[in-house]
Amino acid sequence: MTDPTTDDLECREVVEVVTEYLEGAMAPGDRLRFDDHLALCADCQAYLEQMRTVVRVAGRPVADAVPPETMAGLLRAFRDWRR
Amino acid sequence: MSAPVAGSAISADDLELLARLRRGDEAAFTQLVERLHGPMLRLAMVHVGNRAVAEEVVQDAWVGVLAQLGRFEGRSSLRTWVLRIVANRARTRAVRERRTLPFSSLDGLDEPGRPAVEPERFLPAGHRWAGHWASPPRSWGDVPEERLLSAETRAVVERAVELLAPAQRAVITLRDVEGMTAAETCELLGLTEGNQRVLLHRARSRVRRALERYLDETEVGR
Repeated sequence: MTDPTTDDLECREVVEVVTEYLEGAMAPGDRLRFDDHLALCADCQAYLEQMRTVVRVAGRPVADAVPPETMAGLLRAFRDWRR
Repeated sequence: MSAPVAGSAISADDLELLARLRRGDEAAFTQLVERLHGPMLRLAMVHVGNRAVAEEVVQDAWVGVLAQLGRFEGRSSLRTWVLRIVANRARTRAVRERRTLPFSSLDGLDEPGRPAVEPERFLPAGHRWAGHWASPPRSWGDVPEERLLSAETRAVVERAVELLAPAQRAVITLRDVEGMTAAETCELLGLTEGNQRVLLHRARSRVRRALERYLDETEVGR
């Protein structure tokens, strides 16, 4: 790690713009600064990876089962519509 | 129905399903219900905030879907089109119930927002490395995948999502739980892109903290 200069991002700032980064919503210059910081900071790499893990764990793994009586009711509506 | 224009959002699979639905194919309808009923219910929930009312909204939305099926022009995916019908009905219902939309109230977007990470985890001003990690996050690279994706870990995340402010919960539910795009989420919740992103950021940051706390506690003694 080199001495921090005024141009460098601080870790404290990184955690506030990480979503903007993941969303691809950063201005090109900001993205460069972010990538520069990340290249030298294993802790912020870990943080970014944690945020990606949050997204993955939050995702619904399987389709929800539709209650049979709900499905039956909807199928009745579908048959009525077809007529 | 007009021919789909090149680059339109509807897929070949959707077009086939649509044709079968219009022919009255029950298997196609069952497939559509299985795919969309859950997402429809969760979308209705974030609007009306009440399970029983959300179920009525979805029921009503299905009737709307059938009524409009003949007029659907395929300018969006089938899912987006159906969810738009749900969002419209849910909004109407929320107004009729004299509820302010759960995610437009209390969303606190005007407030400065809490920091994503506790300030004391960074080195204080005056320190040579001020603003850098004092108590850095642990890499989760060594946490076994089956543990991360276990029912217990998922329950921790679900609970953290439930505890979020309504607007944050609405956004993370559509984006990360349902896997919708930012554009879909903005449209279905009536949010600007910027506000959607701020809410997503706050939501994910809070959920990360909960997950970190859980993993740190349970890793002790391993």
